[in-house]
Amino acid sequence: MKKNKMIERAIHGVFLILGLLTFGCVLLITIYLVISGIPAITEIGLFDFLFGTKWASTADEPSYGILPFILTSIYGTAGAILLGVPIGFFAAVYLSKLANPKVKAFMEGAVSLLAGIPSVVYGLVGMLVLVPAVREIFNIPDGASLFSAIIVLAIMILPSIIKVSMTALEAVPKEYEDASLALGATPVETYFRVSVPAAKSGIAAAVVLGVGRAIGEAMAVMMVSGNVPNMPSLFQSVRFLTTAVASEMSYSSGLQQQALFSIALVLFLFIMLINATLNFFLKKEKD
Amino acid sequence: MSDIMTAKDLSLWYDKTQALKNVNITIPEKSITAFIGPSGCGKSTFLKTLNRMNDLIPSVKIIGEVCYNGQNIYDNSVDVNELRREIGMVFQKPNPFPMSIYDNIAYGPRTHGIKSKVKLDEIVEQSLRDAAIWDEVKDRLKKNALGMSGGQQQRLCIARALAVKPKILLMDEPTSALDPISTSRIEELAIELKKSYTIVIVTHNMQQAVRISDNTAFFLLGELIEYGETEKLFSQPTDKRTEDYITGRFG
Repeated sequence: MKKNKMIERAIHGVFLILGLLTFGCVLLITIYLVISGIPAITEIGLFDFLFGTKWASTADEPSYGILPFILTSIYGTAGAILLGVPIGFFAAVYLSKLANPKVKAFMEGAVSLLAGIPSVVYGLVGMLVLVPAVREIFNIPDGASLFSAIIVLAIMILPSIIKVSMTALEAVPKEYEDASLALGATPVETYFRVSVPAAKSGIAAAVVLGVGRAIGEAMAVMMVSGNVPNMPSLFQSVRFLTTAVASEMSYSSGLQQQALFSIALVLFLFIMLINATLNFFLKKEKD
Repeated sequence: MSDIMTAKDLSLWYDKTQALKNVNITIPEKSITAFIGPSGCGKSTFLKTLNRMNDLIPSVKIIGEVCYNGQNIYDNSVDVNELRREIGMVFQKPNPFPMSIYDNIAYGPRTHGIKSKVKLDEIVEQSLRDAAIWDEVKDRLKKNALGMSGGQQQRLCIARALAVKPKILLMDEPTSALDPISTSRIEELAIELKKSYTIVIVTHNMQQAVRISDNTAFFLLGELIEYGETEKLFSQPTDKRTEDYITGRFG
């Protein structure tokens, strides 16, 4: 008996340590980012850093304004959401409510596969297919642009939007749908007027998750966006917050390197905000 | 009293399992008809064939006819949504939509194209009055329906069904999830409603059938064993199996 109790305790302890390990990592990253992100901001000045429109880190007279990156990230994410959410949402309604079981199984497999494709592959396909196509279609000198990045991001966020929305839609009690059908509503009316409103916080969570994925993506957008620190414009080469860090880190030093940490800190704050929003919706879904 | 619904040789299968065997029944207008029988006897399944709610289960096969106003409702030309508007349903578990009381009631009329606020207000009030719940909810029509008690929710569901002005109301064990007081209120309501509607009710509770119904049908293993006036069926059943069931020998 006593031995059992000791084993219980030991196991309890092991799990606690493993749990704390995760928490510790988050804490460590947060502290590290804050400590290493602050100096550059103090030196450059918060306002000049966040709202400066010119990033020229290697110029003789360097300038560290990250507004182009912030706006590019926001526009890119918003564009991806604008494009990806309607497609993902209707796909989720179709798969969870209308599709016959065989089609559903097949398409769900495809969606999972889409989720599993490494982002560098998205980037590669985007680079070799999408970028030249955009150049041809819109008759611009370089297809590597915000527009191309938006398309790639929209496709990349589809799986999370479809899957999370589907889970929410499938969790809608069948009784609600039966009641609607028994009142003479058609199945499609029922899905859009009863099931979707009942699943709305789950669908909102799906959208927020998509925002999180889009804003955090680096590799794929670096390969299709041209990676030039311009103020964002749909058919111009742009640079995102993520790619700003990734593209200069390997050769940076001094204030330039510190500024990259500050960019990472800004990105981190964005992600924190998105996570808080996500938790809000998930909690609402539970109630 | 004229007959409003007739089932002719109705059989139903779930995959390979036969759940209803050659059911023949006529249901008179503006009366309460009760279906009784042990669990799994097919009474709920049969009820759902009357407004084609079984269509929603993919593996169901139905042969035979159900005639409503002289028309076989399984005929290809029948608009099933229109049919369900005329033959409403109240379910075993109260299932108000997760929206306001007002929107619950207005859902059906809105579905059928009524947009005028004045008209909707009128329908909502009338339906809630008819379901004897108006006085309890008139001050909180904008509150979420899920905040009501189980008994209130079930009367709200009845009001919601009435809002589309059906001819027939099918009730699938509407009181099985409710306490005795709520149950008796629903029973009183059913008796009140039969002045204007035809009610078909499935019940587990034989006393309930005796209390409220005009006619009773006893189902066993997918067959309609006996059907007749409630009083007669319970006092002088003609079939031995009916007698065994109502005297509590099985079930």
